[in-house]
Amino acid sequence: MRLPSRFPYRAATWPGGVARPPVKRRTGMAFETEWARRYPVRLARALVLDGVTRPAVRALASPELAGLDRIEGLEAPAIFTANHASHVDTALLLASLPSRFRHRTIVAAAADYFFDTRAKGAAFAFVLNAIPIERTKVSRRAADSAAELIADGWSVIIYPEGGRSPDGWAQPFRGGAAYLSLRCGAPVVPVHIEGTRRILRRGAKTLKPSTTTVTFGTPLRPTADEDARRFTSRIEAAVSMLADEQGTDWWTARRRAAAGTTPSMTGPPAGAWRRTWALGENRRRPGPSESRWPKL
Amino acid sequence: MPRPGFVLDVDRSTPPTLFWHGEGFRLERLPVGSRVLYPPEALPALEDSDSAIRQALLNPIDSDPLPTLLKPGMKLTIAFDDVSLPLPPMRQPDVRQRVIEAVLEMAAAAGVDDVQLIVALALHRRMTEAELRHAIGDRVYDAFEPHGLLTQHDAEDPDNLIHLGTTEQGEDVELNKRAATSDLLVYVNINLVAMDGGHKSVATGLASYRSLRHHHNVRTMTHSRSFMDQHKSELHSSNWRIGRHIAAQGVKVFQIETTLNSDTFPDQFNFLQRREWEWNWRDRAGFLATSKSLQRTPARIARNIFHSIKAPHDITSVQAGAVEPVHELTTANVYKQQLVPVDGQTDIVTMGLPYICPYNVNSVMNPILVMCLGLGYFFNLYRGKPVVREGGVLIMSHPTPWEFHPVHHPSYIDFFEEVLAETTDPLEIEAKYEEQFATDPWYIHLYRTSHAYHGVHPFYMWYWGAHALEHLGGVIVVGGETRSVRRLGFKPASTLRDALEMAEDVVGRDPSITHLHLPPLMIADVT
Repeated sequence: MRLPSRFPYRAATWPGGVARPPVKRRTGMAFETEWARRYPVRLARALVLDGVTRPAVRALASPELAGLDRIEGLEAPAIFTANHASHVDTALLLASLPSRFRHRTIVAAAADYFFDTRAKGAAFAFVLNAIPIERTKVSRRAADSAAELIADGWSVIIYPEGGRSPDGWAQPFRGGAAYLSLRCGAPVVPVHIEGTRRILRRGAKTLKPSTTTVTFGTPLRPTADEDARRFTSRIEAAVSMLADEQGTDWWTARRRAAAGTTPSMTGPPAGAWRRTWALGENRRRPGPSESRWPKL
Repeated sequence: MPRPGFVLDVDRSTPPTLFWHGEGFRLERLPVGSRVLYPPEALPALEDSDSAIRQALLNPIDSDPLPTLLKPGMKLTIAFDDVSLPLPPMRQPDVRQRVIEAVLEMAAAAGVDDVQLIVALALHRRMTEAELRHAIGDRVYDAFEPHGLLTQHDAEDPDNLIHLGTTEQGEDVELNKRAATSDLLVYVNINLVAMDGGHKSVATGLASYRSLRHHHNVRTMTHSRSFMDQHKSELHSSNWRIGRHIAAQGVKVFQIETTLNSDTFPDQFNFLQRREWEWNWRDRAGFLATSKSLQRTPARIARNIFHSIKAPHDITSVQAGAVEPVHELTTANVYKQQLVPVDGQTDIVTMGLPYICPYNVNSVMNPILVMCLGLGYFFNLYRGKPVVREGGVLIMSHPTPWEFHPVHHPSYIDFFEEVLAETTDPLEIEAKYEEQFATDPWYIHLYRTSHAYHGVHPFYMWYWGAHALEHLGGVIVVGGETRSVRRLGFKPASTLRDALEMAEDVVGRDPSITHLHLPPLMIADVT
């Protein structure tokens, strides 16, 4: 039965002469996610993660895991920081985490993107255990809530780039992860994810199965004289080294790191086409599909 | 912070407006350019009402503290408002119970043995045991009623009335003897509208027909503009004269007045006190579920459902002491809750009438009460000038069934069948028929021994609307039973659109329209 499309079956229109009161926001940073960490929801999420997400990730991304031995003895909570190229990253990373982390990890997700509507927010809070953060700055509220959760024993996944890579090259790291580590004393685990851009790049609509590699690095802790900015540089360097290690081998990467010649993840400071060219990705990309005519 | 009252200018994006329609509702689209008056939101309640009551009794206005007025061996009478207040009846504990218990505790501490409770019902029907228990609580009822110390005022009991002389204007003052001969008369009042309370509590509530007829008449009513504005109300002036005379005769009254906020309906009916464009999905679902199910519910059951509603009213103030200063403060508190500033009068005023008025609690809203609620009460909810201009039209929405409660309103039936069939002119009715109904022994018998309103009561209902009848150019009832609307002397219309068309014949083309979004109650402060 279709309901009539008028009041009171639908919301009333607002009289023109009446000022709208400030809307009490319940989306974005104001989205409440506490419910998603209650036991029944955690149980449901664990079932989804192990029963749906992990098999789907295995089928889609065929992940190769490297460096898990480096976090063997690590105790929760930890802050996992990874490069970010695709929406697939989070599912892949969650599916790749050892079980002691997998079911007790929250994902810092951009409030303006993942929590802009209540339905979206609820979906991501449930499936990924996401919490809203502001990607442009370290807001007190976001930092406080994340710090509380870490203190409560929850590990966190943070993409320090603040968003997915627009062109395949990484973006400079921001200080959120380092700040949280300094504040809470939790170690930072650098992670490098390779290959997800081939599955679902930014702006793409369809998934293309491909192979991926997830490399975990040695947990980092801030030193006594390190501030958030310097610790961030160290985290970025660690992820770059993991990228190098993934592209070459561990020894080469170590040597280049020692010599300060680890290739930058952020690419050459050049024009757009040269950056794309340097990525080397396009050259391997298959040509246009069989159709000789453009799809209109 | 509750928002004050609000005048909405209807434009094309204004959603339909809720009209009460007896035991149901209508959603009506008002013409662009109309105004809708929304009452102020409910004021916050007193944090601790019991201690506020105690404080009021210990620190009264222009009076000694109540405990110092209470002495062993004295004769103490506590009178209180009857079933007509508040509307709808409030959730337990009723404010009367709270206040009476506080007074009785002080009386007990002072060793007062001779205490009587009297329901100040004037010519209203006697309350039932259930209604009394609801109003004053089981503790008080069980302590006083079995000993005959809880009585209902009987305005026709010659043995229990006392004539205290006349005022300077010749008004007879005849009161309940027990109350008038007590060492102290404590009156426990509920002030729902500005008209209640003050000297009216004792001078009307505990008076006889002989006394009441001096102000419950057509002349007084047409000179009360309005009842809600004490400075322009002849009803008020007359009661004040009588009240002062009572005081001059040595009757010592300790007045306790309370005001309630406008939180009138429980949560499931929240949509009734919200502005339509602010209805959330819960309100809309509540409205749809209620109105759709009511359409399929037999009238008798719908009435029972509505009369079982208990208002979540909260106490906003309590003041005690001498009648006049107490009432001044009370009135200010009522205005604080109910006043809505309105700019200018209107050609047509519209209103939806609910299922209840002061005289049909747990009863039937008969056509005379429909007239009284619309023209007597809602029309008079103004200060300054009426919302509608002189010669304007009042449109009210109510099913107006030809139906009466035979126990509560026996004289109404005869008034409707016999008197209104002859004339609807208040002056003619008063001159020709009042005496006959007021002195009819059968009506008096029913009033005294059953639960019937006094024989003269339907006349008072008609007089109550006399000012409106004199002021208005026409009255139209939307959705009312045709023959009963015609009997009232009004015009029936099946839709609001028809009613507005008909009204244009009286007030001219392109009239200005104002809708009163009642209840919750408000007073239009028209300038």
